[in-house]
Amino acid sequence: MSEPRTLAPPERRVAVVSGVERIGAYCVITAHDGSGPRNPRPGQFYMLATEECWGGGSDERPYLPRAFSYARAYVEPDGVALSFLLEAIGPGTERLAALRPDEGLALVGPLGIGFRAPPDGFRPILVGGGIGAAPLLCLQEELDETTVLLGFRSAAHAQAAALFSGEPKVATDDGSVGQQALVSELLAAELDADPGATVYACGPPAMLEAVRALCAERDVPAQLALESGMACGFGACFGCVVPTTDGYLRLCVDGPVLDADRLETVL
Amino acid sequence: MTELCGVSLRGPVLNGSGTFDAIAARRAFGDALLERFPFDAFVSKTITLEPRQGNPPPRLWETPAGMINSIGLPNKGLEGFLASDLPELGRLPVPLVVSVMGFSREELAQLVAAVGERDEVSMLELNVSCPNVETGLIMGADPAETALAVERVRGETAKPLVVKLTPNATDPAAVAAAAEGAGANAVSLVNTLKGMALDPQSGEPWLGGRTGGVSGPAIRAIALEQVAAVASAVEIPVIGMGGISNGRQAADFIAAGATAVAIGTESFRDPAAGRRIAAELNDVSLSIGTPTTRSTPV
Repeated sequence: MSEPRTLAPPERRVAVVSGVERIGAYCVITAHDGSGPRNPRPGQFYMLATEECWGGGSDERPYLPRAFSYARAYVEPDGVALSFLLEAIGPGTERLAALRPDEGLALVGPLGIGFRAPPDGFRPILVGGGIGAAPLLCLQEELDETTVLLGFRSAAHAQAAALFSGEPKVATDDGSVGQQALVSELLAAELDADPGATVYACGPPAMLEAVRALCAERDVPAQLALESGMACGFGACFGCVVPTTDGYLRLCVDGPVLDADRLETVL
Repeated sequence: MTELCGVSLRGPVLNGSGTFDAIAARRAFGDALLERFPFDAFVSKTITLEPRQGNPPPRLWETPAGMINSIGLPNKGLEGFLASDLPELGRLPVPLVVSVMGFSREELAQLVAAVGERDEVSMLELNVSCPNVETGLIMGADPAETALAVERVRGETAKPLVVKLTPNATDPAAVAAAAEGAGANAVSLVNTLKGMALDPQSGEPWLGGRTGGVSGPAIRAIALEQVAAVASAVEIPVIGMGGISNGRQAADFIAAGATAVAIGTESFRDPAAGRRIAAELNDVSLSIGTPTTRSTPV
Protein backbone atom coordinates (compact mmCIF):
# COMPACT_ATOMS: atom_id res chain seq x y z
CA MET A 1 0.00 0.00 0.00
CA SER A 2 1.39 3.40 -0.91
CA GLU A 3 1.87 5.77 1.99
CA PRO A 4 -1.11 8.01 2.77
CA ARG A 5 0.50 11.28 1.81
CA THR A 6 -0.93 13.96 -0.48
CA LEU A 7 1.83 16.27 -1.71
CA ALA A 8 1.74 19.96 -0.81
CA PRO A 9 2.49 22.83 -3.20
CA PRO A 10 6.05 24.02 -2.40
CA GLU A 11 5.01 27.45 -1.13
CA ARG A 12 2.93 29.20 1.47
CA ARG A 13 -0.49 30.27 0.23
CA VAL A 14 -3.40 32.14 1.74
CA ALA A 15 -6.80 30.60 2.39
CA VAL A 16 -9.77 32.82 3.20
CA VAL A 17 -11.46 32.29 6.54
CA SER A 18 -15.12 31.46 6.04
CA GLY A 19 -16.12 30.62 9.57
CA VAL A 20 -14.96 30.76 13.17
CA GLU A 21 -17.14 28.76 15.48
CA ARG A 22 -16.78 28.44 19.21
CA ILE A 23 -17.46 24.96 20.59
CA GLY A 24 -17.06 24.99 24.35
CA ALA A 25 -13.36 25.42 25.13
CA TYR A 26 -12.40 25.04 21.47
CA CYS A 27 -12.65 27.00 18.30
CA VAL A 28 -13.22 25.58 14.81
CA ILE A 29 -11.71 27.68 12.04
CA THR A 30 -12.86 26.95 8.52
CA ALA A 31 -11.04 28.43 5.55
CA HIS A 32 -11.46 28.20 1.79
CA ASP A 33 -8.28 26.96 0.13
CA GLY A 34 -8.58 27.79 -3.55
CA SER A 35 -5.25 26.46 -4.81
CA GLY A 36 -4.17 23.55 -2.62
CA PRO A 37 -4.91 19.87 -3.11
CA ARG A 38 -8.49 18.82 -2.38
CA ASN A 39 -7.66 15.40 -1.04
CA PRO A 40 -5.54 15.62 2.10
CA ARG A 41 -5.34 12.31 3.96
CA PRO A 42 -6.65 12.01 7.54
CA GLY A 43 -3.74 12.51 9.93
CA GLN A 44 -1.92 14.94 7.63
CA PHE A 45 -1.38 18.47 8.91
CA TYR A 46 -0.94 22.06 7.80
CA MET A 47 1.40 24.77 9.08
CA LEU A 48 -0.81 27.73 9.94
CA ALA A 49 -0.27 31.43 10.55
CA THR A 50 -2.46 34.46 10.11
CA GLU A 51 -1.79 36.48 6.97
CA GLU A 52 -1.78 39.73 8.97
CA CYS A 53 -0.39 40.52 12.42
CA TRP A 54 1.46 37.26 13.03
CA GLY A 55 3.75 38.58 15.77
CA GLY A 56 3.59 41.32 18.32
CA GLY A 57 1.56 39.30 20.81
CA SER A 58 2.68 38.15 24.22
CA ASP A 59 6.53 38.25 24.41
CA GLU A 60 6.55 39.62 20.84
CA ARG A 61 5.39 36.27 19.49
CA PRO A 62 4.18 34.30 17.53
CA TYR A 63 6.93 34.07 14.93
CA LEU A 64 6.86 30.51 13.60
CA PRO A 65 3.77 28.93 12.02
CA ARG A 66 1.88 26.33 14.06
CA ALA A 67 1.20 22.72 13.03
CA PHE A 68 -2.43 21.53 13.03
CA SER A 69 -3.97 18.31 11.76
CA TYR A 70 -6.95 19.20 9.65
CA ALA A 71 -10.25 18.18 11.19
CA ARG A 72 -12.34 18.12 8.03
CA ALA A 73 -11.95 18.83 4.32
CA TYR A 74 -14.97 19.42 2.08
CA VAL A 75 -14.50 19.73 -1.65
CA GLU A 76 -16.14 22.86 -3.00
CA PRO A 77 -16.64 23.89 -6.65
CA ASP A 78 -13.52 26.08 -6.65
CA GLY A 79 -11.33 24.58 -3.96
CA VAL A 80 -11.62 22.90 -0.62
CA ALA A 81 -12.96 24.03 2.75
CA LEU A 82 -10.49 23.02 5.47
CA SER A 83 -11.40 23.12 9.12
CA PHE A 84 -9.09 23.09 12.11
CA LEU A 85 -9.87 22.53 15.77
CA LEU A 86 -7.85 24.64 18.20
CA GLU A 87 -7.75 25.83 21.77
CA ALA A 88 -6.33 29.29 22.54
CA ILE A 89 -3.53 28.51 24.99
CA GLY A 90 -0.59 30.67 23.84
CA PRO A 91 0.35 33.53 21.52
CA GLY A 92 -0.02 31.52 18.30
CA THR A 93 -3.33 29.83 19.09
CA GLU A 94 -4.69 33.08 20.58
CA ARG A 95 -3.96 34.92 17.36
CA LEU A 96 -5.47 32.14 15.23
CA ALA A 97 -8.59 32.07 17.41
CA ALA A 98 -8.98 35.83 16.87
CA LEU A 99 -9.35 35.37 13.09
CA ARG A 100 -12.56 36.69 11.56
CA PRO A 101 -14.38 35.73 8.36
CA ASP A 102 -12.72 37.04 5.17
CA GLU A 103 -9.31 37.35 6.86
CA GLY A 104 -6.37 35.39 5.47
CA LEU A 105 -5.08 32.12 6.92
CA ALA A 106 -1.55 31.52 5.61
CA LEU A 107 -0.82 27.84 5.24
CA VAL A 108 1.58 25.23 3.92
CA GLY A 109 0.27 21.72 3.46
CA PRO A 110 -0.98 19.07 3.57
CA LEU A 111 2.17 17.67 5.18
CA GLY A 112 3.33 14.42 6.71
CA ILE A 113 2.00 10.88 6.44
CA GLY A 114 -1.56 10.15 7.56
CA PHE A 115 -3.38 7.11 8.91
CA ARG A 116 -3.35 3.87 6.96
CA ALA A 117 -6.54 1.87 6.31
CA PRO A 118 -7.37 -0.84 8.86
CA PRO A 119 -6.35 -4.41 8.10
CA ASP A 120 -9.29 -6.49 6.80
CA GLY A 121 -11.59 -7.78 9.51
CA PHE A 122 -10.32 -5.49 12.25
CA ARG A 123 -12.81 -3.14 13.89
CA PRO A 124 -11.40 0.42 14.03
CA ILE A 125 -11.44 2.08 17.43
CA LEU A 126 -10.69 5.82 17.38
CA VAL A 127 -9.25 7.17 20.63
CA GLY A 128 -8.93 10.92 21.11
CA GLY A 129 -7.70 13.02 23.99
CA GLY A 130 -8.62 16.71 24.05
CA ILE A 131 -7.57 18.58 20.91
CA GLY A 132 -6.30 15.21 19.61
CA ALA A 133 -9.89 14.55 18.53
CA ALA A 134 -9.22 16.71 15.44
CA PRO A 135 -7.69 14.21 12.98
CA LEU A 136 -10.17 11.54 14.07
CA LEU A 137 -13.07 13.60 12.69
CA CYS A 138 -12.00 13.22 9.06
CA LEU A 139 -10.83 9.66 9.75
CA GLN A 140 -14.27 8.69 11.05
CA GLU A 141 -15.81 9.93 7.79
CA GLU A 142 -13.54 7.62 5.79
CA LEU A 143 -14.06 4.47 7.83
CA ASP A 144 -17.14 2.30 8.29
CA GLU A 145 -18.40 1.23 11.68
CA THR A 146 -16.01 2.99 13.96
CA THR A 147 -16.08 3.03 17.73
CA VAL A 148 -15.08 6.48 19.01
CA LEU A 149 -13.69 6.97 22.51
CA LEU A 150 -12.92 10.49 23.69
CA GLY A 151 -11.34 11.90 26.83
CA PHE A 152 -11.59 15.53 27.92
CA ARG A 153 -10.59 17.67 30.88
CA SER A 154 -13.97 19.26 31.50
CA ALA A 155 -17.52 19.68 30.24
CA ALA A 156 -16.48 22.72 28.18
CA HIS A 157 -13.88 20.62 26.35
CA ALA A 158 -16.25 17.66 26.03
CA GLN A 159 -18.56 19.73 23.82
CA ALA A 160 -16.23 18.77 20.94
CA ALA A 161 -17.68 15.24 21.14
CA ALA A 162 -20.76 16.58 19.35
CA LEU A 163 -18.64 17.06 16.21
CA PHE A 164 -18.51 13.27 15.73
CA SER A 165 -21.31 11.33 14.13
CA GLY A 166 -22.98 8.50 16.02
CA GLU A 167 -22.53 8.33 19.76
CA PRO A 168 -18.95 8.57 20.91
CA LYS A 169 -18.19 7.30 24.39
CA VAL A 170 -16.85 10.13 26.52
CA ALA A 171 -14.75 10.23 29.65
CA THR A 172 -13.87 13.39 31.56
CA ASP A 173 -11.30 14.03 34.26
CA ASP A 174 -13.93 15.58 36.52
CA GLY A 175 -16.85 13.31 35.64
CA SER A 176 -18.92 16.26 34.44
CA VAL A 177 -19.73 14.49 31.17
CA GLY A 178 -19.75 10.72 30.57
CA GLN A 179 -17.66 8.56 32.85
CA GLN A 180 -15.15 9.95 35.29
CA ALA A 181 -12.25 8.02 33.86
CA LEU A 182 -9.29 8.15 31.53
CA VAL A 183 -10.00 7.44 27.90
CA SER A 184 -7.43 4.64 28.08
CA GLU A 185 -9.71 2.96 30.63
CA LEU A 186 -12.55 3.09 28.09
CA LEU A 187 -10.19 1.53 25.57
CA ALA A 188 -9.23 -1.27 27.97
CA ALA A 189 -12.91 -2.12 28.43
CA GLU A 190 -13.48 -2.17 24.65
CA LEU A 191 -10.52 -4.44 24.05
CA ASP A 192 -11.62 -6.75 26.88
CA ALA A 193 -14.99 -7.09 25.18
CA ASP A 194 -13.58 -7.57 21.66
CA PRO A 195 -9.85 -7.79 21.04
CA GLY A 196 -10.22 -8.03 17.24
CA ALA A 197 -9.67 -4.32 16.83
CA THR A 198 -7.21 -1.85 15.40
CA VAL A 199 -6.62 1.41 17.24
CA TYR A 200 -6.17 4.95 15.91
CA ALA A 201 -5.17 7.43 18.61
CA CYS A 202 -4.27 11.08 18.95
CA GLY A 203 -3.88 13.03 22.16
CA PRO A 204 -1.44 14.16 24.82
CA PRO A 205 1.74 12.11 25.39
CA ALA A 206 0.58 10.45 28.64
CA MET A 207 -2.60 9.26 26.93
CA LEU A 208 -0.74 7.98 23.88
CA GLU A 209 1.70 6.14 26.12
CA ALA A 210 -1.19 4.46 27.96
CA VAL A 211 -2.77 3.48 24.61
CA ARG A 212 0.56 2.21 23.30
CA ALA A 213 1.17 0.08 26.40
CA LEU A 214 -2.38 -1.35 26.36
CA CYS A 215 -2.15 -2.27 22.69
CA ALA A 216 1.33 -3.74 23.04
CA GLU A 217 0.18 -5.97 25.94
CA ARG A 218 -2.74 -7.28 23.91
CA ASP A 219 -1.04 -7.41 20.55
CA VAL A 220 -3.54 -4.98 19.06
CA PRO A 221 -2.22 -2.97 16.09
CA ALA A 222 -2.26 0.76 16.75
CA GLN A 223 -1.43 3.91 14.82
CA LEU A 224 -0.59 6.97 16.91
CA ALA A 225 -0.70 10.56 15.64
CA LEU A 226 2.00 12.31 17.64
CA GLU A 227 2.76 15.94 18.27
CA SER A 228 6.04 17.78 18.67
CA GLY A 229 7.13 21.39 18.41
CA MET A 230 7.91 22.13 14.76
CA ALA A 231 9.42 25.13 13.01
CA CYS A 232 8.87 24.18 9.36
CA GLY A 233 6.75 21.05 8.85
CA PHE A 234 8.68 19.76 5.81
CA GLY A 235 11.89 18.28 7.17
CA ALA A 236 14.08 21.36 7.07
CA CYS A 237 14.62 22.24 10.71
CA PHE A 238 15.13 18.80 12.29
CA GLY A 239 13.37 20.14 15.38
CA CYS A 240 10.46 17.71 15.73
CA VAL A 241 12.30 14.43 16.28
CA VAL A 242 10.93 11.65 18.48
CA PRO A 243 12.91 8.61 19.63
CA THR A 244 11.83 5.41 17.87
CA THR A 245 13.20 1.90 17.43
CA ASP A 246 14.95 3.29 14.29
CA GLY A 247 16.52 6.23 16.18
CA TYR A 248 15.23 9.79 16.00
CA LEU A 249 12.58 10.36 13.35
CA ARG A 250 11.27 13.72 12.16
CA LEU A 251 7.54 13.67 12.84
CA CYS A 252 6.87 16.11 10.03
CA VAL A 253 8.15 13.89 7.21
CA ASP A 254 8.20 10.40 8.76
CA GLY A 255 5.02 10.98 10.82
CA PRO A 256 3.00 12.43 12.44
CA VAL A 257 1.26 9.04 12.36
CA LEU A 258 3.54 6.22 13.48
CA ASP A 259 2.83 2.57 14.15
CA ALA A 260 2.82 2.16 17.91
CA ASP A 261 5.27 -0.73 17.73
CA ARG A 262 7.94 1.63 16.40
CA LEU A 263 7.93 3.44 19.74
CA GLU A 264 9.39 2.09 22.95
CA THR A 265 7.58 4.79 24.85
CA VAL A 266 5.76 8.03 24.07
CA LEU A 267 7.49 10.89 25.88
CA MET B 1 23.45 36.15 -13.05
CA THR B 2 25.81 36.12 -10.13
CA GLU B 3 29.35 34.83 -10.16
CA LEU B 4 30.59 33.36 -6.92
CA CYS B 5 34.16 32.03 -6.75
CA GLY B 6 34.09 31.31 -10.49
CA VAL B 7 30.78 29.44 -10.32
CA SER B 8 27.92 30.96 -12.30
CA LEU B 9 24.62 31.18 -10.41
CA ARG B 10 21.30 32.28 -11.87
CA GLY B 11 21.00 34.73 -8.94
CA PRO B 12 22.45 35.65 -5.55
CA VAL B 13 20.09 33.82 -3.16
CA LEU B 14 21.36 30.68 -1.39
CA ASN B 15 20.08 28.81 1.64
CA GLY B 16 21.93 28.77 4.93
CA SER B 17 23.43 25.36 5.69
CA GLY B 18 21.10 23.23 7.79
CA THR B 19 17.98 25.27 7.08
CA PHE B 20 16.61 23.33 4.12
CA ASP B 21 16.68 19.60 3.46
CA ALA B 22 16.06 19.27 -0.27
CA ILE B 23 15.63 15.50 0.00
CA ALA B 24 12.97 15.69 2.73
CA ALA B 25 11.31 18.65 0.98
CA ARG B 26 11.01 16.58 -2.18
CA ARG B 27 9.07 13.97 -0.19
CA ALA B 28 6.64 16.67 0.98
CA PHE B 29 6.36 18.67 -2.25
CA GLY B 30 7.26 16.24 -5.04
CA ASP B 31 8.78 17.33 -8.34
CA ALA B 32 7.17 20.78 -8.01
CA LEU B 33 10.05 21.56 -5.65
CA LEU B 34 12.57 21.01 -8.45
CA GLU B 35 10.48 22.91 -11.00
CA ARG B 36 10.26 25.91 -8.65
CA PHE B 37 13.47 25.43 -6.69
CA PRO B 38 13.75 28.25 -4.15
CA PHE B 39 17.52 28.88 -4.25
CA ASP B 40 20.18 29.77 -6.82
CA ALA B 41 22.67 27.37 -5.24
CA PHE B 42 21.97 24.72 -2.63
CA VAL B 43 24.06 24.40 0.54
CA SER B 44 23.84 20.99 2.20
CA LYS B 45 23.38 20.34 5.86
CA THR B 46 26.77 19.95 7.57
CA ILE B 47 28.26 16.49 7.35
CA THR B 48 30.78 15.01 9.74
CA LEU B 49 33.12 12.04 9.35
CA GLU B 50 31.04 9.75 11.58
CA PRO B 51 27.22 9.55 11.66
CA ARG B 52 25.54 11.62 14.37
CA GLN B 53 22.00 11.27 15.70
CA GLY B 54 21.92 14.85 17.02
CA ASN B 55 20.79 16.29 20.31
CA PRO B 56 17.93 14.91 22.40
CA PRO B 57 14.64 16.81 22.05
CA PRO B 58 13.33 19.37 22.72
CA ARG B 59 15.34 21.04 20.01
CA LEU B 60 13.41 24.27 19.39
CA TRP B 61 12.30 27.37 21.26
CA GLU B 62 10.48 30.34 19.77
CA THR B 63 11.87 33.77 20.71
CA PRO B 64 10.67 37.28 19.92
CA ALA B 65 11.01 37.44 16.11
CA GLY B 66 13.10 34.31 15.92
CA MET B 67 13.98 30.98 17.42
CA ILE B 68 16.66 28.97 19.15
CA ASN B 69 17.67 25.61 17.77
CA SER B 70 19.72 22.90 19.35
CA ILE B 71 19.80 20.26 16.65
CA GLY B 72 23.32 18.91 17.13
CA LEU B 73 24.26 18.25 13.48
CA PRO B 74 22.46 14.94 12.88
CA ASN B 75 23.81 13.42 9.66
CA LYS B 76 24.65 10.11 8.04
CA GLY B 77 28.39 10.62 8.22
CA LEU B 78 30.71 10.94 5.24
CA GLU B 79 30.17 7.42 3.91
CA GLY B 80 26.37 7.56 4.16
CA PHE B 81 26.29 11.02 2.64
CA LEU B 82 28.42 10.05 -0.36
CA ALA B 83 26.46 6.86 -0.95
CA SER B 84 22.85 7.98 -0.51
CA ASP B 85 22.46 11.78 -0.27
CA LEU B 86 25.00 13.15 -2.70
CA PRO B 87 23.63 11.44 -5.83
CA GLU B 88 20.19 12.89 -5.05
CA LEU B 89 21.53 16.38 -4.27
CA GLY B 90 23.50 16.20 -7.51
CA ARG B 91 20.19 16.10 -9.41
CA LEU B 92 19.05 19.48 -8.05
CA PRO B 93 18.69 22.14 -10.74
CA VAL B 94 21.32 24.43 -9.12
CA PRO B 95 25.00 24.17 -8.13
CA LEU B 96 25.72 22.27 -4.92
CA VAL B 97 27.78 23.48 -1.96
CA VAL B 98 28.59 20.80 0.61
CA SER B 99 29.12 21.87 4.21
CA VAL B 100 31.60 19.87 6.27
CA MET B 101 32.77 19.96 9.86
CA GLY B 102 35.67 18.15 11.48
CA PHE B 103 36.58 17.80 15.11
CA SER B 104 40.23 18.04 14.19
CA ARG B 105 42.16 19.42 11.25
CA GLU B 106 42.91 15.90 10.02
CA GLU B 107 39.23 15.00 10.06
CA LEU B 108 38.40 18.17 8.19
CA ALA B 109 41.08 17.39 5.59
CA GLN B 110 39.70 13.90 5.09
CA LEU B 111 36.19 15.29 4.54
CA VAL B 112 37.37 17.99 2.12
CA ALA B 113 39.38 15.49 0.07
CA ALA B 114 36.54 12.96 -0.17
CA VAL B 115 33.78 15.48 -0.94
CA GLY B 116 35.91 17.68 -3.19
CA GLU B 117 36.62 14.92 -5.67
CA ARG B 118 32.95 14.32 -6.41
CA ASP B 119 31.64 15.84 -9.64
CA GLU B 120 28.28 16.76 -8.09
CA VAL B 121 30.01 19.28 -5.82
CA SER B 122 30.68 22.85 -6.99
CA MET B 123 32.04 24.29 -3.74
CA LEU B 124 32.73 23.29 -0.16
CA GLU B 125 31.81 25.17 2.96
CA LEU B 126 33.85 24.69 6.13
CA ASN B 127 31.69 24.88 9.23
CA VAL B 128 34.26 25.97 11.81
CA SER B 129 31.78 26.61 14.63
CA CYS B 130 32.94 23.54 16.52
CA PRO B 131 35.55 22.78 19.12
CA ASN B 132 38.86 21.38 17.94
CA VAL B 133 39.25 18.32 20.16
CA GLU B 134 43.02 18.73 20.10
CA THR B 135 43.02 22.26 21.48
CA GLY B 136 39.53 22.66 22.99
CA LEU B 137 39.19 25.95 21.11
CA ILE B 138 36.28 26.74 18.82
CA MET B 139 38.12 26.82 15.49
CA GLY B 140 36.15 29.72 14.06
CA ALA B 141 36.36 31.87 17.18
CA ASP B 142 40.09 32.34 16.78
CA PRO B 143 41.94 33.74 13.74
CA ALA B 144 45.04 31.54 14.22
CA GLU B 145 43.00 28.33 14.63
CA THR B 146 40.96 29.20 11.55
CA ALA B 147 44.10 29.88 9.51
CA LEU B 148 45.62 26.53 10.53
CA ALA B 149 42.43 24.68 9.57
CA VAL B 150 42.13 26.35 6.16
CA GLU B 151 45.87 25.87 5.45
CA ARG B 152 45.58 22.18 6.29
CA VAL B 153 42.67 21.54 3.92
CA ARG B 154 43.59 23.96 1.13
CA GLY B 155 45.73 21.44 -0.71
CA GLU B 156 43.06 18.73 -0.58
CA THR B 157 40.82 20.25 -3.26
CA ALA B 158 41.03 22.71 -6.12
CA LYS B 159 37.35 23.60 -5.65
CA PRO B 160 36.32 26.85 -3.98
CA LEU B 161 36.38 26.80 -0.18
CA VAL B 162 33.90 28.95 1.71
CA VAL B 163 34.54 29.47 5.41
CA LYS B 164 31.34 29.81 7.47
CA LEU B 165 32.10 32.30 10.21
CA THR B 166 30.61 32.25 13.67
CA PRO B 167 29.28 35.48 15.17
CA ASN B 168 30.34 34.15 18.58
CA ALA B 169 33.86 35.50 18.08
CA THR B 170 35.55 38.58 19.49
CA ASP B 171 36.49 39.86 16.05
CA PRO B 172 34.83 38.09 13.10
CA ALA B 173 36.62 40.42 10.65
CA ALA B 174 40.01 39.22 11.94
CA VAL B 175 38.88 35.59 11.57
CA ALA B 176 37.73 36.36 8.00
CA ALA B 177 41.07 37.96 7.15
CA ALA B 178 42.90 34.93 8.57
CA ALA B 179 40.75 32.60 6.45
CA GLU B 180 41.48 34.68 3.36
CA GLY B 181 45.22 34.66 4.10
CA ALA B 182 45.16 30.86 4.40
CA GLY B 183 43.51 30.40 1.01
CA ALA B 184 39.74 30.60 1.52
CA ASN B 185 37.84 31.67 -1.62
CA ALA B 186 34.87 33.18 0.21
CA VAL B 187 33.42 33.62 3.67
CA SER B 188 29.80 33.25 4.77
CA LEU B 189 28.23 34.75 7.86
CA VAL B 190 26.55 34.75 10.26
CA ASN B 191 26.02 31.38 11.85
CA THR B 192 23.58 31.42 14.79
CA LEU B 193 24.27 33.39 17.95
CA LYS B 194 24.60 31.36 21.10
CA GLY B 195 21.42 31.48 23.18
CA MET B 196 19.42 29.77 25.91
CA ALA B 197 15.86 29.37 27.14
CA LEU B 198 14.56 28.05 30.45
CA ASP B 199 11.61 25.77 30.99
CA PRO B 200 8.97 28.08 32.49
CA GLN B 201 7.90 25.37 34.93
CA SER B 202 11.21 23.98 36.16
CA GLY B 203 13.63 26.83 35.51
CA GLU B 204 15.97 24.28 33.93
CA PRO B 205 17.31 24.65 30.38
CA TRP B 206 14.50 23.91 27.94
CA LEU B 207 16.65 22.57 25.11
CA GLY B 208 17.95 19.02 25.21
CA GLY B 209 21.37 20.38 24.32
CA ARG B 210 21.01 23.05 27.08
CA THR B 211 22.10 25.92 24.83
CA GLY B 212 21.41 26.56 21.17
CA GLY B 213 21.71 29.04 18.34
CA VAL B 214 19.46 32.06 17.88
CA SER B 215 18.29 32.90 14.36
CA GLY B 216 15.62 34.91 12.59
CA PRO B 217 14.90 38.65 12.37
CA ALA B 218 15.92 38.94 16.04
CA ILE B 219 19.58 38.82 14.96
CA ARG B 220 19.44 40.74 11.68
CA ALA B 221 20.93 44.02 12.89
CA ILE B 222 23.86 42.18 14.46
CA ALA B 223 24.41 40.13 11.32
CA LEU B 224 24.35 43.20 9.08
CA GLU B 225 27.06 44.90 11.14
CA GLN B 226 29.25 41.80 11.06
CA VAL B 227 28.81 41.41 7.30
CA ALA B 228 29.80 45.05 6.80
CA ALA B 229 32.86 44.68 9.07
CA VAL B 230 33.99 41.48 7.35
CA ALA B 231 33.38 42.84 3.83
CA SER B 232 35.65 45.77 4.53
CA ALA B 233 38.39 43.49 5.91
CA VAL B 234 38.63 41.02 2.99
CA GLU B 235 38.84 41.01 -0.81
CA ILE B 236 37.16 37.62 -1.27
CA PRO B 237 33.36 37.42 -1.72
CA VAL B 238 31.12 37.51 1.32
CA ILE B 239 27.87 35.53 1.56
CA GLY B 240 25.67 37.44 4.00
CA MET B 241 22.87 36.03 6.10
CA GLY B 242 21.07 36.50 9.38
CA GLY B 243 17.32 37.05 9.66
CA ILE B 244 16.73 38.11 6.06
CA SER B 245 13.02 37.81 5.35
CA ASN B 246 12.43 40.08 2.37
CA GLY B 247 14.16 41.59 -0.67
CA ARG B 248 14.73 44.98 0.93
CA GLN B 249 16.69 43.33 3.75
CA ALA B 250 18.63 41.21 1.25
CA ALA B 251 19.53 44.44 -0.57
CA ASP B 252 20.85 45.85 2.72
CA PHE B 253 23.27 42.93 3.07
CA ILE B 254 24.45 43.45 -0.50
CA ALA B 255 24.85 47.17 0.12
CA ALA B 256 26.93 46.25 3.19
CA GLY B 257 29.33 44.34 0.93
CA ALA B 258 27.86 40.87 0.41
CA THR B 259 28.11 39.29 -3.06
CA ALA B 260 25.32 36.83 -2.29
CA VAL B 261 22.85 36.29 0.52
CA ALA B 262 21.45 33.23 2.22
CA ILE B 263 17.99 32.56 3.62
CA GLY B 264 17.57 30.40 6.69
CA THR B 265 14.82 30.71 9.26
CA GLU B 266 12.45 32.46 6.85
CA SER B 267 12.31 29.25 4.80
CA PHE B 268 10.76 27.53 7.82
CA ARG B 269 7.82 29.94 7.54
CA ASP B 270 7.55 29.62 3.78
CA PRO B 271 9.40 26.97 1.78
CA ALA B 272 9.34 29.32 -1.23
CA ALA B 273 10.91 32.22 0.72
CA GLY B 274 14.14 32.07 -1.30
CA ARG B 275 12.31 32.48 -4.60
CA ARG B 276 10.13 35.29 -3.26
CA ILE B 277 13.11 37.16 -1.80
CA ALA B 278 15.07 36.80 -5.07
CA ALA B 279 12.15 38.37 -6.96
CA GLU B 280 11.80 41.16 -4.41
CA LEU B 281 15.55 41.77 -4.49
CA ASN B 282 15.39 42.10 -8.24
CA ASP B 283 12.63 44.73 -7.89
CA VAL B 284 14.64 46.61 -5.25
CA SER B 285 17.73 46.57 -7.50
CA LEU B 286 15.70 47.98 -10.41
CA SER B 287 14.40 50.82 -8.24
CA ILE B 288 17.83 51.87 -6.97
CA GLY B 289 18.44 55.42 -8.11
CA THR B 290 14.76 56.29 -7.71
CA PRO B 291 14.59 59.32 -5.39
CA THR B 292 13.07 58.49 -2.01
CA THR B 293 12.55 60.38 1.20
CA ARG B 294 15.39 59.83 3.65
CA SER B 295 14.09 59.48 7.13
CA THR B 296 13.80 57.04 9.96
CA PRO B 297 10.54 55.21 9.32
CA VAL B 298 8.04 56.01 12.03
